[in-house]
Amino acid sequence: MSVTTQPAAACAAPRKKPASVRFREHMRRNRLAYILLLPAILVIAIVVIYPFFYAFNLAFTNTNMYNINSPDKTPQYNAGANFTEIFSDPQFYVILGRTVLWTVINVVCHVSLGMGLAILLNRNLKIRALYRTLLVLPWAIPQVIVAMMWRNEFNTQYGSVNLILQSIGLPAVSWLTNPFWAFVAVCIVNIWLGIPFMMIIILGGLQSISPEYYEAAQLDGATAWQQFRRITIPFLKPVLTPAIVLGTVWTFNNLNIIYLITQGGPNNGTQILVTYVYRAAFDYYRYGYSAAFSVIIFLILLVFCLFYIRATRGAGEVT
Amino acid sequence: MAGFFSRARGDSPFKRILIHLLLIFACLVAIYPVLRVLTVSLRPGGSVFSMDLSMIPADATLENYTQILFQSDFWNWLKNSLIVSLSTALVSLILAAPAGYAFSRFKFVGKQPGLVFLLVTQLFPATMLLLPLYIMLIKLSLINTFLGLVFCYMSISLPFSIWILKGYFDTIPIDLEEAAWIDGSTPMGAFFRVILPLSTPALSITALFSFMTAWSEYIIARIVLQNQGLFTWPLGTVTLQGAYYTNWGPFSAAALLISIPVVVLFMATSRYLVSGLTLGAVKG
Repeated sequence: MSVTTQPAAACAAPRKKPASVRFREHMRRNRLAYILLLPAILVIAIVVIYPFFYAFNLAFTNTNMYNINSPDKTPQYNAGANFTEIFSDPQFYVILGRTVLWTVINVVCHVSLGMGLAILLNRNLKIRALYRTLLVLPWAIPQVIVAMMWRNEFNTQYGSVNLILQSIGLPAVSWLTNPFWAFVAVCIVNIWLGIPFMMIIILGGLQSISPEYYEAAQLDGATAWQQFRRITIPFLKPVLTPAIVLGTVWTFNNLNIIYLITQGGPNNGTQILVTYVYRAAFDYYRYGYSAAFSVIIFLILLVFCLFYIRATRGAGEVT
Repeated sequence: MAGFFSRARGDSPFKRILIHLLLIFACLVAIYPVLRVLTVSLRPGGSVFSMDLSMIPADATLENYTQILFQSDFWNWLKNSLIVSLSTALVSLILAAPAGYAFSRFKFVGKQPGLVFLLVTQLFPATMLLLPLYIMLIKLSLINTFLGLVFCYMSISLPFSIWILKGYFDTIPIDLEEAAWIDGSTPMGAFFRVILPLSTPALSITALFSFMTAWSEYIIARIVLQNQGLFTWPLGTVTLQGAYYTNWGPFSAAALLISIPVVVLFMATSRYLVSGLTLGAVKG
């Protein structure tokens, strides 16, 4: 009984409330939100939500190019056979391991080199703006062009990388035909590409730290390392956490660089999960298998993000 | 090491020189590959494969540029890219602005899960949505159409735009709408006449980022567009180079011509993306 009377009493009150409160209540009650959302939700339902569930459905079928539109053969549910095939294939674990290695190498280099450059830039330099502009260049160039231009530079005979190596007396490296060196090459390109993003993010974070903290620390005799450890890192954490999550997801899912430079070759030596599944889907037309593979990649990233955000609490919360 | 991490001066001359040397080295690494593209683009057709490391080749010529500008499908690629990117940016903006406003100002059923879902879309590997979309496009006969490609791009740009614009609308105090409300405006009117005009900078930058995402996209376009006449410039430029035969000269010229406007635009706007679009528009 008391539960029903309380809202009635609350309803009588608004007459005396100021305009701002009435406004808020109106906003809360009316249907405008749904009207504003409707067009976007319809499109998202078609281009994101439906394909999302369709991918899960597809993952449990044997769909491929030959049975998808054929009148006599229709795709069948195959009781998780795609997942069994993926998890029992030793190559999956090799590629998963390489993807983790690729992600760790890239993100560690992006953050450490980006932070190094940001620290160097975070001071009064006369031509700071010029340095900053030049250093951001790799991020500004379209990735397709970055990949193609580096592929040329890694050419064994005519590429500038080998020409420079030879001019300082080192032997030429067969970059794109040896699996190991091809992996080194794509890592170099992606590190080169990803430093500016981290540098800019970290520079923004550094500029928000008041110099007084450092002055106080110096008065207390703190060493440079102690200042870095106790002042810089804690203050950077709110910008670093989301940047590292984003950087990890982008690197893990980065298809452009590897696909355009090596296509995952030679001999699958630079294949990471996304390049492998892209080729399985669009070069080998294994739709059900690729959908299952995509779902696995998605779940790996989801688990990573949940753990990372829980472990570093404080930033990156969705509210 | 006094003041190493702060912006205070007080670096010794030796340290200042060291810092400049490190920065100059980093800048060289950042721009060297780009300068190489310039060098290769200036080489005459016969000496594209050259072991020369000098910046401006002795026999520099603009023939690669004239070949690109007058003999290839370059202008057609640009036109196609422009159609696709402008459509993507416009449609995303028209849909995302009201939705971002709703997420910012209202409490409605499914708001929290909706926001989380928008973020989760960032975790999808490219094939996760691309494969279902591709099959949908085949069934709807939209393969090899710009409409189909814009369709695919919406799946990336729309969640991103809603998220960014929601963040921007959050920074506008609700007092502005209250004032409009007191003046007799409807909530819809307040959105169109007060909030949207105030948000012009954020709206244009959001549109610009959708535009640039579509403009430089290769992986999806390669799947959706198979007809050479419909190629956007990333597809065209890659065919220019050829899969195995490396036609470096014309490719380099095309790459530079396309990159320059993109790079300039990006340089002018990147700080807005990074700062999460916190433009102090309300004060203005």
